[in-house]
Amino acid sequence: MRNRDVSFWLFLTPVLLGLGLVVIVPLIYGTYYSFTDWNGLSANEFVGFDHYVRLFQDQAFLSSIWFTIKFAFVTVILLNIIGLGLALLVTQKLKTSNLLRTIFFMPNMIGGLILGFIWQFIFISVFSDIGEALGIEALQGWLSTTNTGFWGLVILTLWQMSGYIMIIYIAYLQNIPGELIEAAKIDGASSWQRFKSITFPLVAPAFTVSLFLTLSNSFKIYDQNLSLTNGGPYESTQMVAMEIVKTAFSANEMAYGQAKAVVFFFIVAAIALTQVYYNKKREVDL
Amino acid sequence: MESKSTKYILGIVGILLGLLWLSPFYLMLVNAFKSKKEIFMGVLGLPEAWSFDNFVEAFIDLNFVNSLWNSVLITVVSVLIIILFSSMAGYALSRNKSKVSAAVLMLFVAAMLIPFQSVMIPLVSLFGQADMLNQAGLIFMYLGFGSSLSIFLYHGAMTGVSVSLDEAALIDGANKFQTFWHIIFPLLKPISVTVAILNIIWIWNDYLLPSLILSEESATIPLKMFYFFGQYTKQWHLALAGLTIAIIPVIVAYFFAQKQIIEGVSEGAVK
Repeated sequence: MRNRDVSFWLFLTPVLLGLGLVVIVPLIYGTYYSFTDWNGLSANEFVGFDHYVRLFQDQAFLSSIWFTIKFAFVTVILLNIIGLGLALLVTQKLKTSNLLRTIFFMPNMIGGLILGFIWQFIFISVFSDIGEALGIEALQGWLSTTNTGFWGLVILTLWQMSGYIMIIYIAYLQNIPGELIEAAKIDGASSWQRFKSITFPLVAPAFTVSLFLTLSNSFKIYDQNLSLTNGGPYESTQMVAMEIVKTAFSANEMAYGQAKAVVFFFIVAAIALTQVYYNKKREVDL
Repeated sequence: MESKSTKYILGIVGILLGLLWLSPFYLMLVNAFKSKKEIFMGVLGLPEAWSFDNFVEAFIDLNFVNSLWNSVLITVVSVLIIILFSSMAGYALSRNKSKVSAAVLMLFVAAMLIPFQSVMIPLVSLFGQADMLNQAGLIFMYLGFGSSLSIFLYHGAMTGVSVSLDEAALIDGANKFQTFWHIIFPLLKPISVTVAILNIIWIWNDYLLPSLILSEESATIPLKMFYFFGQYTKQWHLALAGLTIAIIPVIVAYFFAQKQIIEGVSEGAVK
């Protein structure tokens, strides 16, 4: 197919229309509107960087970013440890390997909104019952403080996403040639040495993939946040995505919400571009 | 030393972890059978009687047949449209080796970097002004958001499909679309399965976008679940029964197609 062929463009028309009208046009419009007093329908005045100046002094927005960064940091580390651990476990050729893989991945099939509601029950009712039975004070009143809300979100995310990260690690673990491990065994390498010198370097690319995937996912989380804590208590567990939704659709500050959305775009794009850069660099190094 | 005992210990660790992973489902299910009073008495044990009353009430209040139908309609139509148009695009982009074609592919790949939340406000406003905040508008939005990854996967899969097939079909007098539809598309079936799985999981579970678009009558399951849950705070027996009902279709589908699902997700994530 040539560029001049009508068929080439006909084949592309539906997706170009879709991407254009759903992503590109709103992105351009939105960025423009973030510099105006846009109310969702019309913009009367150009306000320059007013919204951007304001959002850097907006405590609610800044604390949602800080909360999201802390959340991302903790979940990225724990998800990768647990995901790799589960992957190593289910690739040990146990009788239960397939069943376990199915179970670990299962939470990933269900939407974050529903999972958040289930865990709300567990954190509030089940935790307090267990705490009462065992006399553990720390299990009472979960989700009613910022700290328990934070760890509640972390635990929910670990339960939901570990299986997904496990799948990524499995894909790389299965690519390790069996002979390599066998040869090291014959040479007398211990299982720790084999892990450190063979397995780990060969699954390192999986670590990059998972790292950036979990990092950008942490920033985009909304459903779990809504159904588990709804940002409470006092908006102290509100993450960036929810802050933007509330600014736009609850407070009806469309232009200001869009300015936050533009900042959000730059954060997520920066993460993704770092990954692209990192991958290129690694390819060159190899 | 990888002795039998190491394997034995790993086996036990595996079983314990598996049970830990399943425990939220267990807690949801057993408490969905209990009365409000029984839940108050204790949440860990089995219910006194296996009564389906909560499920019946939740099923009716959720208007489950209706929300299930809405979810199925949105998901199936969106995914079919994504598959058809993305495969066509992936085919065209891989058969055209020009710079323009490479740039268009690059555009779709770059669009994957744009998070939904950064375009949602103007998107809802623009579609609202065009009177498109309805099911058709939502399906079109799913094409816009879903096509990038799908085109990328189809484009990758096309490298395994020889150009001589196109040439043979052209000589036999087929036009471009016939060639694609009858010769190429059937060969792309494995990647179509992957594309279908990835998009089904995402669209079926999506909450934020439909919550901004759909009215209550056309609510999908996650949307309906949100209204329902708001109505039943502090009534865990009904809320949990509703959650169980909402999860059942997904779990059933997962057990039937788990091999394809895990392979598809793996392919989508690693590429």
